[in-house]
Formats: sequence, structure tokens, C-alpha cells
Amino acid sequence: MPAAALTPAEITARLDRCLDVEFTFLRTEEPAAIIGGLPPEQQRYILDWVERVAATNVQLAYRFITRAIAALDRLDREVVEAWALHAMDTYDQKGLHAALAVIEDVEAFVHLVHARTAGVVLADSLGVLTHFAHGLAGRPLELAEGESPWTDTETIFLPPLLARLPRREDNFLLYKALVARLWAQTRFGTFRHPLSQAAAASGEPAAFLARFHVLESLRLAGCIRRELPGLARDMERLRRALGEPPLPADWQALAAELGRPGTGVERVLELAARPLAPPPPGFLDGTLDVAAVEACMQARVERERAQLRTVLRDVAEELTRGDDRAPADLRFGTRREPDPGQPDGERITLTLDAEPVPVPEVVHRLTTSIVQDLGEIPDDYLVPAGDGEYDPSLLQDQEPDPDDVWKGTYHEEGAFLYDEWDHRRQHYRKNWCAVREKDVPPVHDDFAERTLARYSGFIKHLRKTFEAMRDEDRVLRRQVHGDEVDIDALVEALADARDGREMSDRLFTRVHRSERNIAVCFMVDMSGSTQGWINDAERESLLLLAETLETLGDRYAIYGFSGMARKKCEIFRIKTFDEPYSDEVRARISGITPQDYTRMGFAIRHLTRVLGEVEARTRILVAISDGKPDDYDRYYRGEYGIEDTRRALVEARRAGIHPYCITIDREARDYLPHMYGPAAFTVIDNVRQLPLKVSDIYRRLTT
Amino acid sequence: MNAQVLKPEEYFIREEPYYQPVGDEIAIFEAAYAQRLPVLLKGPTGCGKTRFMEHMAWRLGKPLITVSCHDDLTASDLVGRFLVRGGETVWVDGPLTRAVRAGAICYLDEVVEARKDTTVVIHPLADDRRVLPIEKLGEMVEAGPDFCLAISYNPGYQSVLKDLKQSTRQRFVALEFDYPEPELEARIVQRETGIDPELAARLVKFAGMTRNLKGSGLEEGASTRLLVHAARLITSGVAPVAACRAAIAEALTDDPEMLAAVNELSSSLF
Ligand SMILES: Nc1ncnc2c1ncn2[C@@H]1O[C@H](COP(=O)(O)OP(=O)(O)O)[C@@H](O)[C@H]1O
Ligand SMILES: [Mg+2]
Repeated sequence: MPAAALTPAEITARLDRCLDVEFTFLRTEEPAAIIGGLPPEQQRYILDWVERVAATNVQLAYRFITRAIAALDRLDREVVEAWALHAMDTYDQKGLHAALAVIEDVEAFVHLVHARTAGVVLADSLGVLTHFAHGLAGRPLELAEGESPWTDTETIFLPPLLARLPRREDNFLLYKALVARLWAQTRFGTFRHPLSQAAAASGEPAAFLARFHVLESLRLAGCIRRELPGLARDMERLRRALGEPPLPADWQALAAELGRPGTGVERVLELAARPLAPPPPGFLDGTLDVAAVEACMQARVERERAQLRTVLRDVAEELTRGDDRAPADLRFGTRREPDPGQPDGERITLTLDAEPVPVPEVVHRLTTSIVQDLGEIPDDYLVPAGDGEYDPSLLQDQEPDPDDVWKGTYHEEGAFLYDEWDHRRQHYRKNWCAVREKDVPPVHDDFAERTLARYSGFIKHLRKTFEAMRDEDRVLRRQVHGDEVDIDALVEALADARDGREMSDRLFTRVHRSERNIAVCFMVDMSGSTQGWINDAERESLLLLAETLETLGDRYAIYGFSGMARKKCEIFRIKTFDEPYSDEVRARISGITPQDYTRMGFAIRHLTRVLGEVEARTRILVAISDGKPDDYDRYYRGEYGIEDTRRALVEARRAGIHPYCITIDREARDYLPHMYGPAAFTVIDNVRQLPLKVSDIYRRLTT
Repeated sequence: MNAQVLKPEEYFIREEPYYQPVGDEIAIFEAAYAQRLPVLLKGPTGCGKTRFMEHMAWRLGKPLITVSCHDDLTASDLVGRFLVRGGETVWVDGPLTRAVRAGAICYLDEVVEARKDTTVVIHPLADDRRVLPIEKLGEMVEAGPDFCLAISYNPGYQSVLKDLKQSTRQRFVALEFDYPEPELEARIVQRETGIDPELAARLVKFAGMTRNLKGSGLEEGASTRLLVHAARLITSGVAPVAACRAAIAEALTDDPEMLAAVNELSSSLF
């Protein structure tokens, strides 16, 4: 039976409620009247979407009503829905103003959709392109979004969307060609000589750089033809498809000269100083930002010099261990050998007393990068660093400090971004949570000792129980093959044979080992609400767990989680999978202190990823929390947080992980079964029982 | 499944297996053999360890018994077991015991994959006692001067479970294997398959690209073995990009993004 039409009063009531008219004073009569004129099914459809949009922003939803009804006359529902979601995403990223612009201009969106069907979005291809870039030789380059295609020699910047050509495959190829082309700049020495100086010396810097850019592109085209001939063919075709004119006749000879093997950037610099009139650069040539390149290189050159000298000291110490030479006595040098695979036709290897030395991977990485920048390893790079010669901060690759997030310089570098489920929108908010891994500062006190003493009887009991669960040897009887003869079977078989019956061939016993191949990750609530008893109980539980898991031999990791709004989601490393259980780990357990709020979704998503990287037949995620998802972003409190947590658990399960939740909620709320539904869960109503119960729960879970 | 029981005397290698030396590994192996020291071959899969053993067995004129270790392989699979034949129990030597008795070279490939109890029988053979205890017979078999034990191990595995214990590794003379330098590797691929030298060089370049991805998305780069496979496909008419995909990319990963990227790399090269 088709649903009945809604009455005008019903429509107004729904609009008033979702648009908060009591406070916003938006006028709903007119839109209600328009909706009233629609067929019943469409009424419900529109109202449903208005409510979804209203969950993000009321103004946005209000404007959406009339635009959407008009749009539905011409467009498929799928397009309208994509448009609404795009407006909400825009709101998330750029605010109300930009989102309203999306709502106002359906046409622009439709145009964008067309661009997208043939165009390629960088975000969708970033994974493939990044792997592609890392596969190319030399210093690995990262990719990021930028307005025009260029590189600072560490990151390649690419436009967010390419739709210049009618076919999707070709637009993807444009990205790929740009990556290779910009990689070639860093690989084949475009910036080996200070460009800004040469430009200044020419007296007409802008014109000089314009000529340099075009001439250098011709040289690099030659490098790519030799190095990546398949791609060079594609690039030629793309240039034609982009409608770029062929090179003017008087430039053909230059192109041939510059494209020859062995031509260096020096020749290009020479030519760029001449009064040539270059054709415009092609799209695939990208653009140059000399200042940015030089700043980036200068920082790197200094850092890598310090890094190399410091590693060489370690290498020297290693080499002189056990003999009477001092590390400072060692003389490192370099040797050049012909190698057609290298850009300069030779490879440079490190030597010690003129003999090649085996060096750790990191030295190899550094020398590759240094040779790429300078064409050689200068002698002063080969002197092992003195004690404390360098500030340790210089030795680290420049990674932004996670703690800077809130020091006025918010950045998302080094953060993992995760989507979050917005139940009202019935859709994910994209890259919504910025998650960082941090360390728990260890506290070396008597916590471990005290706890172990206090529970010593219990631990003995646990050990015994868990020992019984270890990889067990079970004797299988009556096997066709085996280690020992199964005497009973043999006696029977001989008797059978004597009586003329067929003799069984199942005469052996074999030892069968059932190997536990389990990786378990514990995810511990470090929110402020755990202050006091819960925190104590958590720490004690973790300690007991670690003790017993050591007996058992399962691989395990322990992480804490807490957050303060979506941009400060924090995961605290307490013990990683690779790390052995040690005093340090015990001190970190002791150091667990309550932090901010309980946002759970991101933690489940992040640890799902961590678990995904561990090789194991069975992967388990055990969350221990006080049961109430909550955050400073107030919307996370209540239903939103519950639905997001539930969703994250569903995702974990889909990723082949067994989630399990242990919750301490004295009030045992009724939402628990719904929230933890996708996982199995236990409610512990007396916190003090937690340490006694957790191990038992784990035992049941894994036998 | 039990290990197949092989007759060592049938395992003489009559024709010289092609092996391209990379360093002084042949001389070191010969010295270790002369001194009756066991040998450990370290290195990633597919870089020529098995081929090297075949070559050395031929060089030394000794039979070679190779056991590929897997996670179900027990000490009895190596040493031997009782079988019942015609109503009687008979002891049958395992491959390791046969090698000891016959004075052969026994090569335990990927030894960390085997059950831990196998180390118990390897240890006494690998130190200066050079004996194999056969517990079920109450016997000790002493190794003659011709017997040689060699094991292989891939240190690239990240899993802590697949690490070779110090107590084991310290008994062996270790030879390190790695992918050969590009020119050598291209020569190997060419020798093995008769592929065009230009294509062999490109395959090696492609291997280098996948090796650049080790640790940032791939667990291992393409081995020499995979290059040989791809070259074989190419010499029988498969297009290079398709050959790289089937023989190399698909063998390295199942991740769709990584597969796509690796294909983009090979299509850039050919
Ligand atoms: N140095 C080499 N000389 C000759 N062939 C080699 C060499 N290295 C690798 N190969 C080729 O690679 C293939 C795989 O090598 P293999 O010895 O089976 O590797 P591993 O035992 O290290 O896993 C061989 O079949 C051979 O074709
Ligand atoms: Mg092998």
C-alpha cells in the first residue's frame, strides 16, 4: 500500500523540528507548501534528506529544500544525493560560506560530476601514484596536493583534479607523466647548481628562468626516453592529445643536442644565458619554484651531512671494536665505478682504506641522496663526527612534532586521517579525525613490584592455567604415517591378517602440535573519566595480562587512546608488537595517566590498521573502556559517538579482526548491546574485579 | 605429509649447473668443506642459493640431498622412522641420516620454517662432534669426512618467529647472498633464458624498481628467480608488460593499488 501524503501540519512540524525554528526563526511555511504539493513518496524523500543536511548545518538545509526540489525535476536522485553530500563535505572542510555556494550552484556541481566521470581525482589515485614514485630510483619522493605541478625536491605537488583529456585513462596517465617528469628533475640534477645565482648573474632573472625551464625540459625528455621509454611514448601521445604545438623548427636541433646521453645541466645553464626566444612550456613540464627548491635543498644538505658523519662514527666504532685503532683513525673515501644505470654514468661507493666497506642501509640511502644533490660526496662529509658535534634535532628527518598541533601551528603532517561515521548524515565524514601515535612517558616507580606482590597468588594460578593453553603436543593414534608404531593398532592388524582379513595401514602414532598463531591488541581507555579507581584497575589488569601473555607466548600490543576533538585524536604506545616485555614497558604501564575524552571510533580504526599489519592467523582487538563515548566536540556525545563506535567495530570485523569489548559501566546502560553488538562484550560492574577478570576473559576468548 | 625418502646415490649431479659467482663464495665454501665446517647461506629467496648448492655438489663430486623445510617438518622427517612392512616393523632412514651415512651434502632449505625440535638433531652434527643421534634406535651415527651440512635462511622476514637462534647460527660458516649487481643479474637472466640482452637489462631495472618498494608497500622486491620466470614468458612470445605482471607483480602482492603501481612501472619501462 502506498504511503499516504503528509498533511501540511505534519510537514511543518518536521521542518520546524529539524531546522530548530524556535531558535533560528527560519520561516518554514513556504517550503512546507512546496513539499505539500509533491507526491507522497517524494515528500518523504525530500524531508529525509533535509533532515540529514540539517544535522550538519541548519542554514544549509534550509537553502537545500527549494534547490533540491527544482533539481529533482531534471536530475537523477543519485546526482542530487551526491550534490547534497558534496555540500556537507565542503561544509566540513571549508565552512558554511563555501557549502552554501555549492548548494546555490547545482550547475557547477553537475559540471564537476562530468569532470569527475572522465577526470581523475588525485585523492583517489594517490596510493598508486605514491607507490609508483617510490619505485623510481633515487631519493623517494612524497606526493601532495598543490595548485600547479611542481616539486621542491622532496615532495611532488599535483593538482587535485585532472580532466584535461576526454578519457579517464589518459587523465591518469597525465598524473603519472607529471610524477615521472618532476622526479626526473630531482634525479638528473636539474638543481645541482644554484639557479637563483645564475639567474641573478644573467641580469634578467625572469627571462633566464623561463629559458632554463624550457631548455631543461628538453634535456629531461631525453633522460626519460632512455630511462623510461614506455612512458616517453605515452608522453609524446599526451602532448599531442593536449593540443600542444610541436617544437618550432629552429628548436629541433637544440632538442636533439640536449637529449643526447651525457648532457648535463651545465650545458642548459650555458644556453639559458643566451638571448633565445623559447616556446611556451608544455603542461607536462610543470612549473619551477626556485626559491622553494633552494630552501628545501639547503636544509637537506646540512641535515644529511650531519647524518652521514654521525652514522660513519657508529660504523667506525663498530669496525674498530676489539682492535687497537681509534674510530677517528679510520679514513673513509669513495670509489667511482662505471655504471650505465646511474644518471652520471658511474656509481659512487664508500671505501675504507681504499677497500669497499659493507655499510648499513641508512648509509646507502644517505649517500644516494647526497650524490643526487651534489654529484659527489665531498671529502668533509667522510670525516666521522666528533662526540656531541651535532645537535640531535638536526639528525632527525624533519618531522613536525605532534605536540605542535595546538601551538598555533596546526598541521596534519605525520597524522593518520580516518573517516568518521555521521549517523544523521548516514555517511562518513571524510578524513575527519587526525590521529597521532605518541609515547607514554615511563614512570619508574614501585607500581609493578607492588602489584605483582599483591597478586602473587593469583599470578601463580594464572600461569598454571595459561601454561596449559600453550602450544600443545597431542598424540594422534592410528595414523597412516607417524613417528612411533601404535602398538594397539598393530596387534589388531596382525590379528586381522592372521584371520585372513585385510590389514589396516593405520598403524602409527603421530605428535600433532597445535600452534597458537594469535596476535592481540589491547586498546585502553585513557580518557579523563577513568581518573582514580578505573585507571588503577586498568594498569593492574594490563600488568597481570602482560605477565600471563608472556607465559602463553601470544604476540600482543598495548595502546592507550584519548582525544580532544577530532584534530587531536591520540594513540599512546605502551607496548608495540615488535617490542619485548621489559622494565620499560612496565614503567609505561605505570605511567598511564588519564588524558582527555573518550572518542572511540578513531582508536578502533587505527588499531585495526595496526593489527592488519601483523602476520597472524587470528587477530583480536580487545577494547577496555568505561563505556561512554564522549568528546569535547559535543556532537560526539550520545548517539553520534555510539553509532560511530558501532560502525568502527563493524569495519574491524570486516577487516578480519575479532573485536571484543570489556566495559566498566556501573550503570550498565541499555545502549551497550547496540553499540558493542558487532563485537562480543562483557560488562564488569565492580571495577576492582577488572584485574581478576581480564585474563579470564582472554582465556575464554582464545580457547 | 612425510618428507620423501630419497636415495642419495642417485643424487649425483652429472652436468655442471650454471652458477654465476658473485664474490668469493665458491672458495669459502670449498675451504669450509675441506675443514668440515657446516655452512649457512643467508639471503632473500630466489637469489641463487639452491643453484649454488647444486653447483658446489657438482664441483665437489658429492651427492646432494635437499630438504625444503616447511612448518610441519619434524625431526623424524629428517632422521627416519619405523614403517610396518609385511607385519614387521622396519626402520627407514630419513634424508639427513642417509646423507650422513652416504657422505653426501645435505641442504636444509629455509630451515627456520621447520619445527623447533629439528634443531636438536642439527646441533650435534654442526659442531665438532659431527654425530647424528638417532634416539629411537639408540644409535649415534658418526659423519665421515665427505658429509657436509648446509642450511639456508632468509633474514628478511620481519616475524620474530622466523628468526634463526644464536645457538644455531653460531655453529655455521655464513655466506651472504643478495641480488647480484645489475650487469651480473642481467647476464644470469640472459644465460638462463636466451632472452635479448636489452630486454634482460630492462627486466633487471624493473626488479630494481620493485626493490625500491621494499618496506614501503612490498615485503620483498622481485627476486632473480622471478626475473627468470618473466624472461621465459617473454621468450615464448608474451609481451613484456604482461609477462612482468603475471610472473612478477602478481607473485609479489595482492594489494590492488600496489599491483596497479607495479604495472605502471613496467609499462613505463617497456
Ligand atoms: N648466481 C646465479 N647464477 C645462476 N643462476 C642464478 C643465480 N642467482 C639466481 N639464479 C637464477 O635464479 C633462480 C632461483 O635461484 P634459487 O637458487 O632457486 O634461489 P634460492 O635458493 O636462493 O631461493 C635459479 O633457478 C637461477 O635461474
Ligand atoms: Mg630455494
